[in-house]
Amino acid sequence: MAKIIPTRTPMREQEAHVRARNYEEVTYGYNIEEALAEAARCLDCAKPTCMPGCPVKIDIPGFIRHIREGNYQAAVDLIKQTNALPAITGRVCPQETQCEGVCVLTKKYEPVAIGRLERFVADWEAQQGPPPLPELPPPSGKKVAVAGSGPAGLTVAADLARMGHKVTIFEALHEAGGVLVYGIPEFRLPKAIVKREVDYVRALGVEIVTDFIVGNTATVDELLQEYDAVFLGVGAGLPWFLGIPGENLGGVYSANEYLTRANLMRAYRFPEYDTPIAMGERVVTIGGGNTAMDAARTALRLGAKESIIVYRRSRAEMPARQEEIHHAEQEGVQFYFLTTPVAFHGQNGRVTSLECLKNELGEPDASGRRRPVPVPNSNFHIEADVMVIAIGQSPSPIIAKTTPELATARNGTVVVDPKTMKTSKRGVFAGGDIITGGATVILAMGQAKTAALAIDEYLRTGTW
Amino acid sequence: MYEILHKQVLSATVKLMVVRAPLVARKAKAGQFVIVRNDERGERIPLTIADFDAEQGTITIIFQEVGKSTAQMGQFQVGDCFANVVGPLGHPTEIENYGKVVMVGGGVGIAPLFPITRALKQAGNHVISIIGARNRSLLFWEDRMRTYSDELIVCTDDGSYGRKALVTEPLKEILQTQAGIARVWAIGPAIMMKFVAAATEPFGVPTIVSLNTIMIDGTGMCGGCRVTFGDGGSQFVCVDGPEFDAHKVDWNLLLERMSFYREQEQRAYEQWKQHQCRLEQAAQTIERQAAHG
Repeated sequence: MAKIIPTRTPMREQEAHVRARNYEEVTYGYNIEEALAEAARCLDCAKPTCMPGCPVKIDIPGFIRHIREGNYQAAVDLIKQTNALPAITGRVCPQETQCEGVCVLTKKYEPVAIGRLERFVADWEAQQGPPPLPELPPPSGKKVAVAGSGPAGLTVAADLARMGHKVTIFEALHEAGGVLVYGIPEFRLPKAIVKREVDYVRALGVEIVTDFIVGNTATVDELLQEYDAVFLGVGAGLPWFLGIPGENLGGVYSANEYLTRANLMRAYRFPEYDTPIAMGERVVTIGGGNTAMDAARTALRLGAKESIIVYRRSRAEMPARQEEIHHAEQEGVQFYFLTTPVAFHGQNGRVTSLECLKNELGEPDASGRRRPVPVPNSNFHIEADVMVIAIGQSPSPIIAKTTPELATARNGTVVVDPKTMKTSKRGVFAGGDIITGGATVILAMGQAKTAALAIDEYLRTGTW
Repeated sequence: MYEILHKQVLSATVKLMVVRAPLVARKAKAGQFVIVRNDERGERIPLTIADFDAEQGTITIIFQEVGKSTAQMGQFQVGDCFANVVGPLGHPTEIENYGKVVMVGGGVGIAPLFPITRALKQAGNHVISIIGARNRSLLFWEDRMRTYSDELIVCTDDGSYGRKALVTEPLKEILQTQAGIARVWAIGPAIMMKFVAAATEPFGVPTIVSLNTIMIDGTGMCGGCRVTFGDGGSQFVCVDGPEFDAHKVDWNLLLERMSFYREQEQRAYEQWKQHQCRLEQAAQTIERQAAHG
C-alpha cells in the first residue's frame, strides 16, 4: 500500500488578475508528471468509497491505476465505458459532493483530485488526434429523434448510434452543445472541447439539425410519425425571476440571457459580432450556484470594475462548486452573504440600484439548509448598472404544451420512470434537466445512458 | 440553407424577401414570427411572418433598415442565403368571426398585419383597415390590404398621400361614429401601438397588439423579451405572445427596454457604414486600375 501523501498536487492556473480580464481557460490541467504524482496518492482501496459517490459509477481506482502504469488510453477507455464526456465532466462536475467528497482520504487529508485526473486523461486523448471510431454494428433500420444537443442529447445519440440506430438530433439554437455552449463560459469550458465531442457524435453517423424547435417546428407527435422513438433532452430553459419591483428595468438580465449573449452570441466581441451586451461598471449577480459564479466572472471579463454576488444564505450553503467560488474570490468578486433583494430601482428605465434586506439564519428548511430570515428594517442599497438574476430555472413549457399525453409534475418537469427514462407517452423518453429541473452535466449524461439502453430494448422488442 | 428566392423594395427603407424555409412554412400561421440570423457573426433578429406558402416551402419577411443588421440584410440579393431561420415562434392569432373589426397598421407593421387581416376577412369579419406611414414613400401593400378590407383608410403624417393624419385620428372617428366594433388589432412602432391603446381604451374595445421586442432564442430561455403589465405582472413575448391585450401593457417601460442598446447599435451601424464606404472606394480603385492596366 502506498504511503499517504496528505495534500493534493496543485493545478497550475492563470494568475487571477490576468485571467479576470481574458476569456482563456483559467486552469491549465495536469501535465504527465503532475498526474503521476496525484495518481500515486490513490490508496487503491479494496472497497473504494469513491465509486458509489459517482452518479455514473466510473471505476475510479481502476482508471487511476492505469494512469500510474502510464496506460492513459486504457484509463480514458475505462472512464468512457460509463462517461461519454470526461473532458467536460472533469471540468464541471461538483467532485467535492460526489467522488472526492467520499474519498477515504477526505476524513483526515485532502481527497485524491479525481476530477483533475479525469480531465488529464481526456485531454491527453484529445492531443493524440481525433478519437478512433468504434466499429459500428450493421444498421438496425430504426430511427430515433433526439430533442436537444446538450449533455443528455449528445450522450444518448452517441450510445444509440453505436448500437446501430439512425439518430437525428434537433437543436433549437444555431449551434450544437446546449448549455455547454450557451451557458458555461469559455474560461471554464473551452468551446473547442465541446466542438470535439459534437464532431465525434457526428462522425458516428448522427445527424444534427439546428434551427429546429421540437414543439414548434414539429411536435413530438409529428416526430413519432417518422421516428420509432423520441428522446427529450431539451434542458431547463425557463429562467426564474424574483418577482420583485423593478425587475424589468433595462440592465436587469436573467443569467441565461447574460451568459447566452456573452457565450453563444460572442457579445464580448461586439461590434465585430452583432449582439450587444451591457458592459456594466458595477455588476450585481443574485444567486449562489455555478451559474451565478459564471455570470459574476463574465462581468469582470466584460470590463466591470466591480462584480458583486448577492446570496441570501451564507457561504457554506452556496451550491456552486468550491473551485468556482474560490476562483471567483481570487478574481476579486465580492460577496454579500445573508442578503435578500427586495426591489430594483432605476432612472429613465435603466437599473441603478438593488435594495436588499439583511438576513439571519433560522431553522433548517426542506432542503436541509438553514433558512434565511430577513431582519426587519435592515434595508440597504447596492448601486450597480447591470444586475444578473441567477436563481435557477425550470423546463421550458413548449414541449409539454404541445404534447398532450406527456405527464409533467407541478414544477413543469417531465415525469419518467427512473429505471428506463420512459415518459407517460409511448415511444417517448426523457433525461437531463427536463426531468430534474436543473441538475448537473453528469446526472444528465447518466440518465441519457440509462435511456439509451431502454430505447434500444424498446426498438428491438417493441414492448413498452 | 435559407435561400432568398425573391426580393422586392417596398419603400425607401422597407424590403421584402421570400425565403426558402420549408419547415417553417409548413407550420406557420398568421401572427407568428421567425428569428433570422444574417451570418456566423450575426445577431438573432425576430421578424413577423408576413406571408407563407406551405406548398412552395417559402415564407415572406419584411423588414425596415434601422441598424447594422437590417441594413446588411437589405444588401442581400436573390440567391444569397441567411445563416439561420428558425420558427414558427409564438402563438398564432386567434382567428374567429368577431363581427366588425378594425385593423391598424403603421409603417413596416403593415406587413405582419396583412396575414391577420386576410385570415379575419376569410373568417367572415367585416374588416375596416387603417394603414399609415410618415410619408408616401414608406407606404406599401395598399392593394393587398384593400383586397381583404371592406373599407380601407390610408394616411400619411405629412399628407404626401391619402389623408394627412396619424392612424389614431380615423380610428377615433370610427369608434365615435360606428357602433359594434368588436376588436381592434394594431401593429406598428411601439409608440403608435401605445397611442392606439390610449385611443380605444375609453371605448372599452378589446385591442390586440403584436410586440416585437429584443430577444435572443425565441423559446423562453433568455427572458430578454419580457413585457410588464399595468398590474405588475410580466410575460415573455416569445412564448406567451407576441400578441397581447394593448390595455394591459406598460408602454413606457416597454419603450425604454426597447431602446436599451440604442447607443451600441448606433455605434455598430456607423462603423459598418464607414466600412462599406471603404469597401466601395477600394472596389472603385481596383476598377480604375483595371481600366488603365
